[in-house]
Amino acid sequence: MIEATTVSALARYLKDLLESNLTLTNLWVEGEISNLTRSTRGHVYFTLKDANAAIQCVMFQRQYRGAPLESGAQVLAHGNVSFYEQRGNVQLIVDFVQPAGVGALQAEFERLKERLAADGLFDEGRKRPLPAFPARIGVVTSPTGAVFHDICHVLERRWPLAEVVLAPTTVQGFEAAAGITQAIRQLNQLDDVDVIIIARGGGSIEELWPFNEEIVARAVYASAVPIVSGVGHETDYTIADFVTDVRAPTPSAAAETVAPDWREISRRVQGMLLTASFAARGTLSQGLIDIDRDGRRLHSALPDIARHSERLASLLRHGASAVSRDLDQQLERTNSFTARLAALDPRATLARGYAVVQIRDGKQAVTSTKQVKGRDRLDVHVKDGRFPAEVSRQYGF
Amino acid sequence: MASKQAKPEDEGFEVIYRRLEAAVTKLEAGGLTLEQSLALYEEGMKLARRCQEFLQSAELRITRLQESFANGLSVVRDETPAYLPNTESETEPTELPLE
Repeated sequence: MIEATTVSALARYLKDLLESNLTLTNLWVEGEISNLTRSTRGHVYFTLKDANAAIQCVMFQRQYRGAPLESGAQVLAHGNVSFYEQRGNVQLIVDFVQPAGVGALQAEFERLKERLAADGLFDEGRKRPLPAFPARIGVVTSPTGAVFHDICHVLERRWPLAEVVLAPTTVQGFEAAAGITQAIRQLNQLDDVDVIIIARGGGSIEELWPFNEEIVARAVYASAVPIVSGVGHETDYTIADFVTDVRAPTPSAAAETVAPDWREISRRVQGMLLTASFAARGTLSQGLIDIDRDGRRLHSALPDIARHSERLASLLRHGASAVSRDLDQQLERTNSFTARLAALDPRATLARGYAVVQIRDGKQAVTSTKQVKGRDRLDVHVKDGRFPAEVSRQYGF
Repeated sequence: MASKQAKPEDEGFEVIYRRLEAAVTKLEAGGLTLEQSLALYEEGMKLARRCQEFLQSAELRITRLQESFANGLSVVRDETPAYLPNTESETEPTELPLE
């Protein structure tokens, strides 16, 4: 005996059947829009048709986002086929629409770009700075192509301090997206990689497609290590380029971006050493001035100054040999400094007939008429020693 | 082979470079005695020399990931033969040969 089923059960079965069919999910359909209507809740209903057939479509309000829907327009629609139980209709639930003529891949690119942007994968705020001095640079690319060779060539020239860790993967064809994803994960697993380059040489949109796949975008997004992309030529943009921390126009440019130039860093080190030597000289000069003010130490400190000055000169010579390019310049500066130091020597000043006058109790040097009044006791330093003095009784009254 | 790989991690280029930066900043800030200032300069000089050694003697190392089933699908690195820099003039990245 045949048992009767209910309409609801049949409708449910049809819905399950359609929604579980892989051919009917995640598909693109090209056709002309007709019967375009919009419900009060913002959902859009239309029919997609061509010369011989038609299919009902719905685009829900949250997916609509100003899609280019217009009666008579030829479009590419993306979505899933389903069964609307209440009305017994087969319909395409559309989540993205592109004008026809851009090609299915380009349409898919735009769809993914919009979706991942909405998910926050492209947010500028999460882009991380690249390490200043990468010790380990992971490279995700094909082990056989010219790309890895080009990258190593740039790194050897600019930043040979690094270790390059190749995570080999095919970068073209069906397995490429999974391979790239896995390579990114493996480099993250190592725990000691400072930055990752994902790279591929130029090609058609089909050949670059793995870098537009959602799993690659998600893997880049999930990477704890900053990633630089160098995919294709200058004009090629892939989805991965939008997610990576930095997008470089080519694989070689990605290597340039990642690696500082060792010559530039070397110049910076030399510059720091020069700055340090100036600062050290500054302290020495300041020391002289302080001693000049402190009359009591005037004579006893001079041998110290001479010793420090010699030590500094010797240090500068050593410093200069550490940065051999600057040797002559350093020595010249040291010599000119020694000359300036001699000019600063307070003994030379005193020998010319000048004196340092100091308040006896406060010890500060007298540089202004306002510092003293009548009967103040002073010490006067001259070339061969000092003698006491007193300000005239009437001064200041 | 660059000497840095033999040294422990905390003796890497960046650590030395940052210490040099710190020494120079401290010197520039001033307020030091003569002795302190000269000692700091001497230290900076040594650090600068070590930086230059790193920079001038380094050779690029190349390793390659391999999956090790023996270690339960862990990832191991394999040293590849030293990379020989291409002596030809630099070229734009070329097309990948079809794999």
